[in-house]
Amino acid sequence: MATPLVVSDVAKSFTMHLRDGIKLPVMAGVSFSIRAGECTVLGGPSGAGKSSILKMLYGNYAVDEGQIIVTHDDGLIDLATASPRTVLAIRRQTIGYVSQFLRTVPRVSALDVVAEPLVERGEDREIARGKARALLAQLNLPERLWALPPATFSGGEQQRVNIARGFITEHPILLLDEPTASLDAKNRDVVIELIAAKKAAGVALLGIFHDHDVREAVADRVIDVTTFAPGKIAA
Amino acid sequence: MTDEPLLRVSALSKFYGSRVGCDNVSFDLWPGEVLAVVGESGSGKTTLLNCLSTRLMPSSGTASYRMRDGQFRELYRMSEAERRFLMRTDWGFVHQNPADGLRMTVSAGANVGERLMAVGDRHYGKIRATAVDWLSRVEIDEDRIDDEPRAFSGGMRQRLQIARNLVTGPRLVFMDEPTGGLDVSVQARLLDLLRGLVTDLGLAAIVVTHDLAVARLLSQRMMVMKDGRVVESGLTDRVLDDPRAPYTQLLVSSILQV
Repeated sequence: MATPLVVSDVAKSFTMHLRDGIKLPVMAGVSFSIRAGECTVLGGPSGAGKSSILKMLYGNYAVDEGQIIVTHDDGLIDLATASPRTVLAIRRQTIGYVSQFLRTVPRVSALDVVAEPLVERGEDREIARGKARALLAQLNLPERLWALPPATFSGGEQQRVNIARGFITEHPILLLDEPTASLDAKNRDVVIELIAAKKAAGVALLGIFHDHDVREAVADRVIDVTTFAPGKIAA
Repeated sequence: MTDEPLLRVSALSKFYGSRVGCDNVSFDLWPGEVLAVVGESGSGKTTLLNCLSTRLMPSSGTASYRMRDGQFRELYRMSEAERRFLMRTDWGFVHQNPADGLRMTVSAGANVGERLMAVGDRHYGKIRATAVDWLSRVEIDEDRIDDEPRAFSGGMRQRLQIARNLVTGPRLVFMDEPTGGLDVSVQARLLDLLRGLVTDLGLAAIVVTHDLAVARLLSQRMMVMKDGRVVESGLTDRVLDDPRAPYTQLLVSSILQV
């Protein structure tokens, strides 16, 4: 089975220059791969570095050492050392990301927030809006909210906008950072359906799910992040 | 997407006597890319912007620009007339203070139309129609077209300056603190407008700002400057979320949370 993302021996630390330069090792020896058509779940307690792993795979956190090999544009690219411009191209075409919180832009409507990633990939704006409407409807976001900027929405409403924005494209790799954290049971089920559809379409998903039921429903494999704790790499 | 940059900057330095303006700055800028240059006052970011836009001659280093015919030209070897032509047609410069970029005693319409005439437009009706179109794109009512910018609010003046700069369809726009000195609500409106225009027109832009929120909203890439040197550069969200250089960490940790 295709492995569009292979992580090998990645290490990450934070150096706090404002605190006398102390070095906080976050993780070391991170090695795993994810497969097309599967949902791989990162497991482990809070603070184990699950979100940090997703952020490194999205180029949002820098990597100290190791490789993150992505199948992009019919080639293999090491995202850990790629130029900013290449990382942007990978985000546009290959790796999608549903963050924990929606970063809102003033004055842009929820509909356009959702449609934007498609427009950036060259899709016609009206077609993109049509797809955005369908997704927002599927996620039960009341239609009267679509034309409003999401800044004033409730946590659950914002998260649904965020999920729609992440799922609207056909990225072959999709990273999910607790997409169901503030959703009710009905909408959690919608997200489970959306994930199942992505899997059927051959997308490789990597996610963090604290909700036990969701994890049971979507996970094909669980990676225990605590094995990547720094200091545990002696073996 | 083209694989050649629009602007190539190599080892650019500017010294004022023994004082450093900017020191050994190198980067490439691609079409459609927005680069934010951040740092506190005196960090050299405005000196860098002025050198890049050829308003100031650097002490050493090179910058080459890909002209519309696809050929790279060395900016500091062009004649004064060639540079002025580039500034009037293919480039825009948005000043922090709109009064520096506008003619305050001619009408709003003329401020926009003047740039069109500079590129050879002579038909009055066409120029006026284009001016009206651009005023509406920057959300200035058509009935203000004959007013002088002196009668405009700060936010309106800034929007007019943007219209004046973008009307000729430039490929590269320089911006020096484009939202500085504006109320927060006016800032948000202007930022949103700029963001939309930059995306729709596929502009490349170099934005100098001390405001990290402005950098986050407008740019994909960022350079952090201190004492004339680039101390950190990279993807904007990477630099802001995982700052590596001591000075960047200080800047990021100094943001007030609202």
